[in-house]
Amino acid sequence: MFADWPLLSLTVWTPIIGGMAVLFSGDKSDTMGVRKLALVVSVITFILSIGLYTGFDASTANMQFVERAEWISTFKIFYHLGIDGISMPLIILTTFTTVLVILAGWEVIQKKVAQYMAAFLIMEGFMIGVFAALDSMLFYVFWEGMLIPMFLIIGVWGGERRVYATLKFFIYTFIGSVLMLVSLIYMYYQGGSFAILDMQNLKLGMTEQTLIFLSFLMAFAVKVPMWPVHTWLPDAHVEAPTGGSVILAAIMLKIGGYGFLRFSLPITPDASHSLDWLIILMSLVAVVYIGFVALVQKDMKKLVAYSSIAHMGFVTLGIFIVFQIWANPSNVNQAGAVLAVEGAMVQMVSHGFISGAMFLMIGVLYDRMHTRQIADYGGVVNTMPVFAAFAVFFSMSNTGLPGTSGFVGEFMVIIASFHANFWYAFLAATTLILGAAYTLWMVKRVFYGEVANENVRKLTDLNQREFFIMATLAVAVLVLGLWPAPLIDVMEASIQNLLHHVAISKL
Amino acid sequence: MTLESLNTLITLPEIFLLCMACAILVIDVFLREEQRNVSYVLSQLTLLATFVLVLAGRTDQRLLAFNDMFVQDALADTLKLFILAIIFVVFVYSREYLRERDIFKGEFYVLGLFGVLGMMLMVSSSNMLLLYLGLELLSLCLYAMVAFNRDNGDASEAAMKYFVLGAIASGMLLYGMSILYGLSGSLDITVIAKTTIVGGASNIGLVFALVFIIVALSFKLGAVPFHMWLPDVYQGSPTTVTSYISTAPKIAGFAMIMRLLVEGMGGLHGDWQMMLVILAVLSMGLGNVIAIAQTNIKRMLAYSTISHVGFILLGILAGNAVGYAAAMFYTLAYAMMTLGGFGIVIYMSRAGFEGDQLDDFKGLNQRSPWFAFMMLILMFSMAGVPPTVGFWAKLAVLGAVVDINMVWLAVVAVAFSIIGLFYYLRIVKLMYFDDAIDTQPLECGRDMQLALSTNSLAILVLGIYPAGLMSLCVGVFG
Repeated sequence: MFADWPLLSLTVWTPIIGGMAVLFSGDKSDTMGVRKLALVVSVITFILSIGLYTGFDASTANMQFVERAEWISTFKIFYHLGIDGISMPLIILTTFTTVLVILAGWEVIQKKVAQYMAAFLIMEGFMIGVFAALDSMLFYVFWEGMLIPMFLIIGVWGGERRVYATLKFFIYTFIGSVLMLVSLIYMYYQGGSFAILDMQNLKLGMTEQTLIFLSFLMAFAVKVPMWPVHTWLPDAHVEAPTGGSVILAAIMLKIGGYGFLRFSLPITPDASHSLDWLIILMSLVAVVYIGFVALVQKDMKKLVAYSSIAHMGFVTLGIFIVFQIWANPSNVNQAGAVLAVEGAMVQMVSHGFISGAMFLMIGVLYDRMHTRQIADYGGVVNTMPVFAAFAVFFSMSNTGLPGTSGFVGEFMVIIASFHANFWYAFLAATTLILGAAYTLWMVKRVFYGEVANENVRKLTDLNQREFFIMATLAVAVLVLGLWPAPLIDVMEASIQNLLHHVAISKL
Repeated sequence: MTLESLNTLITLPEIFLLCMACAILVIDVFLREEQRNVSYVLSQLTLLATFVLVLAGRTDQRLLAFNDMFVQDALADTLKLFILAIIFVVFVYSREYLRERDIFKGEFYVLGLFGVLGMMLMVSSSNMLLLYLGLELLSLCLYAMVAFNRDNGDASEAAMKYFVLGAIASGMLLYGMSILYGLSGSLDITVIAKTTIVGGASNIGLVFALVFIIVALSFKLGAVPFHMWLPDVYQGSPTTVTSYISTAPKIAGFAMIMRLLVEGMGGLHGDWQMMLVILAVLSMGLGNVIAIAQTNIKRMLAYSTISHVGFILLGILAGNAVGYAAAMFYTLAYAMMTLGGFGIVIYMSRAGFEGDQLDDFKGLNQRSPWFAFMMLILMFSMAGVPPTVGFWAKLAVLGAVVDINMVWLAVVAVAFSIIGLFYYLRIVKLMYFDDAIDTQPLECGRDMQLALSTNSLAILVLGIYPAGLMSLCVGVFG
């Protein structure tokens, strides 16, 4: 009987409508009731999204769970939803992370609880909508709409410089996306349709493709964020409340990577090919240079933020290295292209878990000490042994320790890079050293050594709620690290199809 | 000539409105001060009844009356309905505001009704003389309303500026019209249309007339560089009057452009297109940039209006049905957003306190979470962020210019909308991120709460489902 349900719509709208309910119940009921309602809504959404996995047919690259209804007939805009192997894992990542984020804000948030919970739920719905939309205008509505809750989350519940950070975040992303809007409108008047799949088959000349590619690049590069448009991220991360940082790192950044896969590559394959050097350059700069920047951070959140940028460099590298792999004359059997994109996808999901965990970890410390400065800590392992165990584990996975999910994606991308050029692989692999350096050095300074001061001595270990969050994420990181096959199987067909499409010139 | 040939029946809503406005004027004289509510209720009933009359008489055909002076078509009917509805809401917003300032007088409503009559004539005119009469009827009512709080220096100054500049603009319009009359021998817009098609752009006299008419239209709409009156008038007027001036008259202004430029001088499209491009770019640029520097929200919204006018012109300059529909959609969306925006300003005010400084919005989320949320919707809509109607309005006009291969203009427009984003976000920042300075409780009547909430939620609902309004606009030009 569930087969007839519009499961995708339910997954999108349950959190939005639930969030509205939370918002309006806020003034009357007690805050505990609000928290419970928010948790219930997020859990229901997660369960619904599990249905997307169980009902998913991994053998085909076609869109599944498709829903299509006329929305705005004047512009031939449809309410058109559907998922493939690229978007489905990201949707589940979203619903999973939101449950943890609601839990993470359970006690910490005392101010305007209803608005806080509602903002996260509504944003969850918008983010799922971004991944599920097959009409570019629907995509754009969700894409821009999700900025509003995030703007408020950073601005209302953030740290000292929250206003600066949130305005910077909003304006950066808005600047990036409006030119994409013009491109979408342009393609509508060329092809007569706003459907993403129609745009992928639309014939475009080289000049048009280049301009459209650049406008997409602005939108997605800001979101990822790629060097040199990454500067909003450290500010936003540092000032956002823990939950906001987690959503930013775990999901919002992925939307940029998803945009490259869904829009840039298939719509402008020739421009992507001719400008791949630019993306690869920007990615490698992110991996190497930002790695060094992370090394010198004094603020834990900033450190993890820079490490996110470096890790997302792997994603964009994996996506655009395929052209170099194809172009490499010594790579006769064209191996490695699928591996590269799969590596990028695995890296996105894995980074969702790991960066989420890292920010939650910092949140745990911040809630107790109200400082993020590394220098204020030392010897935390003596007072919080359980927490320290988790922290070391997540830090190890952040550096790409084999057996954790962090290893899988990076390894796949590095292997694939060898098929293109030794030096790409060499530079990319420096992250294994740099990542270990900045993460483990932070761990050493924060957790080991003698107890640094009285505040650290008074620390209490994880409570049950925090333990549950950490343990869940640890399991996810381990499972994905030891047995990534289910994830790779799900996306295999879609990525094959995508690369097949990209290999055909539109000219 | 018989009475039947005048075809008076299709002007029934206007005749009814005129009679009622006169009747209310007389009745008001006999009311005691505490009975002043009667005038208000009667005015609202009049608007409602006129609305029903227009609705009942709606037609898809083009009907003419009074020797082809007066035209009834889909455009006129639709715009009239919106004008009536918007002024109804303006009146709801006005009651407490006027009462708190001891200017709750019947004259306000009578002037308002005559203004509505002027606007209805403007949207229904197929003759330049009637157009001019409608415009002057509206303008004179507006001058008086701006000065309604006569002991207020700012208001008197605003009224004076408005009157002088408005009179110059009217003069320009008359000058242009007289040249057109000289060249075509008629005031009838359809006859002029034939002249412009035949004469075309080669006729220097026609282009001369066009320039005068465009200048006058720009004055009335507030397009740069003819915008100087607008910020002063918006700021100086009582807020209820600002909400009147900034909403329905823009719809009438849109109709005036449609009647004069599109219907009357469609043959000169190539000429006025380039003029409108310049006006649009200047308006979007200057409006958005200067709005950033404002500390008074009425003044800020005035500059925001100027930039919105630029966007409306984008749709019109496209010169095809898609563009006109987009411009109409934008105009209607703009009118609703601005109405809500000034509604919130009225909500913030109380006796002896205007609440029109940006700092007055600090901490609104603590004082009144619901209306802070409403203002949030309005601000994001004006900035063009989905899911609000403002986004679809921008999409429609951008689509219209992309359609005529002016992608560069679309890029310019979005660039300015990024600049505009900043000052709308600042309002949200003040409401949500800052602590309140003013801690007096915010109160207003049930009717105002209901109207303001409906107004703002309509922006959101139309943002989620804009298809109805959009196909209505397309249908008018289809």
